[in-house]
Amino acid sequence: MASLRDIQNRIGSTKKTKQITNAMHMVSASKLSKAEQNATSFVPYSEKMQEIVKHIALSNETFEHPMLKPREVKKTAYFVITSDRGLAGPFNSGILRKVYRMIHEKHQSPEEYTIIVVGRMGRDFFRQRNMPITNEFIGLSDQPVFSDIQDLTQESVQLYIDQEIDELNIVYNHFISAISQEVVTKKVLPLTGFDEEEQEDVNSNSEYEFEPSKAEILESLLPQYAESLIYGALLDSKASEHAARMTAMRSATDNANELIDDLSLQYNRARQAAITQEISEIVSGAAAQE
Amino acid sequence: MKTLTVSVVTPDGPILEDTFEMVVCKAENGELGILPNHTPIIAPLVISAARLKRDGKTVKIAINGGFVEVNDNKVTILAQSAETPGNIDVQRARKAKERAERRLKTKKDDIDFRRAEYALRRAINRLDIIDER
Repeated sequence: MASLRDIQNRIGSTKKTKQITNAMHMVSASKLSKAEQNATSFVPYSEKMQEIVKHIALSNETFEHPMLKPREVKKTAYFVITSDRGLAGPFNSGILRKVYRMIHEKHQSPEEYTIIVVGRMGRDFFRQRNMPITNEFIGLSDQPVFSDIQDLTQESVQLYIDQEIDELNIVYNHFISAISQEVVTKKVLPLTGFDEEEQEDVNSNSEYEFEPSKAEILESLLPQYAESLIYGALLDSKASEHAARMTAMRSATDNANELIDDLSLQYNRARQAAITQEISEIVSGAAAQE
Repeated sequence: MKTLTVSVVTPDGPILEDTFEMVVCKAENGELGILPNHTPIIAPLVISAARLKRDGKTVKIAINGGFVEVNDNKVTILAQSAETPGNIDVQRARKAKERAERRLKTKKDDIDFRRAEYALRRAINRLDIIDER
């Protein structure tokens, strides 16, 4: 049985750990509310963008824009969003496991895919496994603004335009609620998925005038649209990161509390045992003297 | 009198939402003046200042590329970033301008060059808005 002093030391160190996890939990909670706010303020922009793209993409004329037309896939790019720091529960491990498995199922050789990674955890993971990384971004702030990542999104879209890659998939943790996040994969390029609602929207788009022409607007609109999709995913992932860390830290605090309770019980029991032993020693000593 | 409802939206949130009598902005092939009852239109914007007029007063906004959409007396400016004069950091804009100019002089490859050129245009645009106010 552990000595009294050992137990006391463990209680002390567990209490210290609990203080830290508790503080991290509260920090994450406040960051989460800000991240959620950022994600909401992005909504009007993305909705409007989507509306305009749909208006143009659904018009009766056909456009031979490379970003709208699927081509033979020789190289697929995966845009993986992770965090810079750990201690966020399954946030990073879940997404990295999924990407790793997906890549190994779909591709035979490293020539067929490439990775664009955000976050130190992801970068280290792929580096260790010698997987090709085209681009990386480390040190994204907790409250990212569009200009922070504009270079990265522009370069990623440019890769597609230059035909370096034929498909761009984005993998990130989608924020559902503070306690649940889900790893999702979305195809960003080529842009598809406008056809389904074609029938309903045709009427409303006929009235617009385009200056100078639809094709030219498409030329500058589509890259911006793709970039906004990536930015949206980043904001979503940030919210998920804070939520995941918050949950992980809360359960760590709960565990610490439980451990402290158990240890205190053990401590008291050991103390009682020591006292009992001492009394029985005194009593037997006194009995021997008579 | 009829007015236009103007909203300036960026990925970092709405910058401004108000009613105005006239909107002047610079599209890729020239200046575009929008008055109430304008026909629905979509046009790409260049890095420039948008002027919003009401009661003889003009509000200027720095627009760093994007789109303008007009529909049913609603003007929506979708910009990658936008700043009202009050939000512009003069010191920072000046520094950005100097940095971009320096980079343009030591021309390296095309991408860096283009990026520096855009940065310079954005910085000049910002400074213009403050000076003319």
